[in-house]
Amino acid sequence: MALHKLLRAAALTLVLLFFLFPIFWIVVMSFQTNEEILRLPPSLVFAPTLANYTALISGHLQTASGILDITFLHNLWNSILLSTCSVLLALVLGVPAAYAFARFRFRLGEDIAFTMLSFRFAPPLLVLLPLSLYFQDLGLNDTYIGLIWIYQLICLPLILWIVRGYFEDASPDIEYAYRIDGHSWWRAFTRIAIPLAGPGIAAAGLLSFIFAWNNFVFALILASADKQPVTVGALAFVTASGIQYGQIAAAIVLSILPTLALALYAQRWLVEGLSLGAVKG
Amino acid sequence: MSLVLDHVSKVYGRGAIAVRAVQDMSFAMEAGEIVALLGSSGCGKTSTLRMVAGFESVTEGAITLAGRRIDTLEPASRGVAMAFEGYALYPPLTVAENIGFGLARRNGRDEVDRKVREIAELLEIGDILERRPSRLSGGQQQRASLARALAREADLYLLDEPMGQLEPQLRAILRGRVKALIKERHLTAVLVTHDQTEANAMADRIAVMEGGVLQQFGSPDALRDHPENLFVATFIGEPPMNVLTAERCGDGVALGGAAAVAFPGLALPPGRRVMLGIRPHRLRLGEGALAGTIVSNQWLGDQAHVVIAFADQLLVAVSHHKVAVRVEEKIAFGFAPEDAHFFDAATGAALRHGGEG
Repeated sequence: MALHKLLRAAALTLVLLFFLFPIFWIVVMSFQTNEEILRLPPSLVFAPTLANYTALISGHLQTASGILDITFLHNLWNSILLSTCSVLLALVLGVPAAYAFARFRFRLGEDIAFTMLSFRFAPPLLVLLPLSLYFQDLGLNDTYIGLIWIYQLICLPLILWIVRGYFEDASPDIEYAYRIDGHSWWRAFTRIAIPLAGPGIAAAGLLSFIFAWNNFVFALILASADKQPVTVGALAFVTASGIQYGQIAAAIVLSILPTLALALYAQRWLVEGLSLGAVKG
Repeated sequence: MSLVLDHVSKVYGRGAIAVRAVQDMSFAMEAGEIVALLGSSGCGKTSTLRMVAGFESVTEGAITLAGRRIDTLEPASRGVAMAFEGYALYPPLTVAENIGFGLARRNGRDEVDRKVREIAELLEIGDILERRPSRLSGGQQQRASLARALAREADLYLLDEPMGQLEPQLRAILRGRVKALIKERHLTAVLVTHDQTEANAMADRIAVMEGGVLQQFGSPDALRDHPENLFVATFIGEPPMNVLTAERCGDGVALGGAAAVAFPGLALPPGRRVMLGIRPHRLRLGEGALAGTIVSNQWLGDQAHVVIAFADQLLVAVSHHKVAVRVEEKIAFGFAPEDAHFFDAATGAALRHGGEG
């Protein structure tokens, strides 16, 4: 029994090391200068510096070939704006749609739902060329609205299909019981159906936020410098005088933080969701 | 008149795949009456209930409650309360909060507490009021759902299999208590059940349904003594009514070509084929003009079920005393003319009950 526990702990440590070591190494890198990062053999002994972070926050990057302006903080703001607005829009559109697909049978219902899912099948690069032409005609090129719209390709199908499953799992009789108690259809939807599917909505929102945050090609093609998110903005660290590993590491740490914070916040809902799930039967 | 269903039909789907779940259903019940919708699963009884509640649209016909036409209203404004077969309790609320849910807006806090406690004691769930539905057994959840419905003030109470999950002893006790409560407060209730014991015990009148069609609407006594067709005759009663094919001849009928039974004054033309029904406990063993072979003889503790092979058919007889016959033995049996029911062989419609014309 003790041996069994010991092996378990060892295996867990191994798995954690495997997955967390790259992140740990990036955090360490973000406090080192480029020279310290590139020395051989690598060492954990170094004088920590905040130069990478100050460079990112001040927007001025000191390189061997002079001072370089970087717009990392603006990129970070773009990422937050684009991802948040995309997820909010996808929730507003997707949650009622998911409810409709779960509760009502209507003509072409399944076909529409599947078409939405098929948006995820299309290779983005294949869609992007014609799309950028249309966007130029519509004047949506290089606008937040255009990007948020196109991000629906990422967010909407996820939210629709995950939340639909949660609505289907909840018995419609609970809503009926509420409605027969003297409440309107809309109140039953907002007060009963949505809270019961809350964990699913939180999980779908979080997932689609992460997917939107990590998206690269849509913004690369459809947005210019001042609308670009961090994923595209990170290209700026590949400079004429070399790759700025320290700044890249610091930028990664900073751009992980919002998603991490959101995930930690949403965790409460996710755990609550697991215990709510036990209600059935 | 309280609840009136006027030629109500429910059709699911359209065209070739359309399913007529309820066909041309009409009945009217008085205020203060308990009516049971009785039938096997898929007979349309729950569809009927859900149309009254407003969860299903009415395809044809009209539903009126306390003088108001309700079939086009939202469920919220129909003035009905319902206990769900699947309980449908609000998962985040305790049992007490669930029961008091519909009361909170109109009554004071103490009043709500008192009502919740009263109905909970009646249904033997007073000790689990602070628990959440996820921690309850099916029977407890079912009683909480029933309590939530009965605690409300409504023109009509819809109870969908309200006691299906309960232990037999508790079920028998609660049937009596719930009926007493409904009668004492002069409530009007529609009960959906597949259990004829429950329907007989609780309902003033029973609507027997089959295949989406109302077969008969009447008191338990009327259903037993004057079934309107062969379906009701064989559905009501345990064990079911024995049915024999018979042909009118002489001054009575011939049974399976083997024996004849005299029915003086039977107003049927000679040669007419009919179905003759006799309830198992009306068959008299050891006396009479008919004879059959014993197939089985079971003593169930308080009654004997004797199966007799007669004219290529099996008949069941119930006796309240032990019957001293063995399998394969011949036995004489018979029945009184007033215990026979006649049905049309083709349509199943009742022709004559007992000694009536």
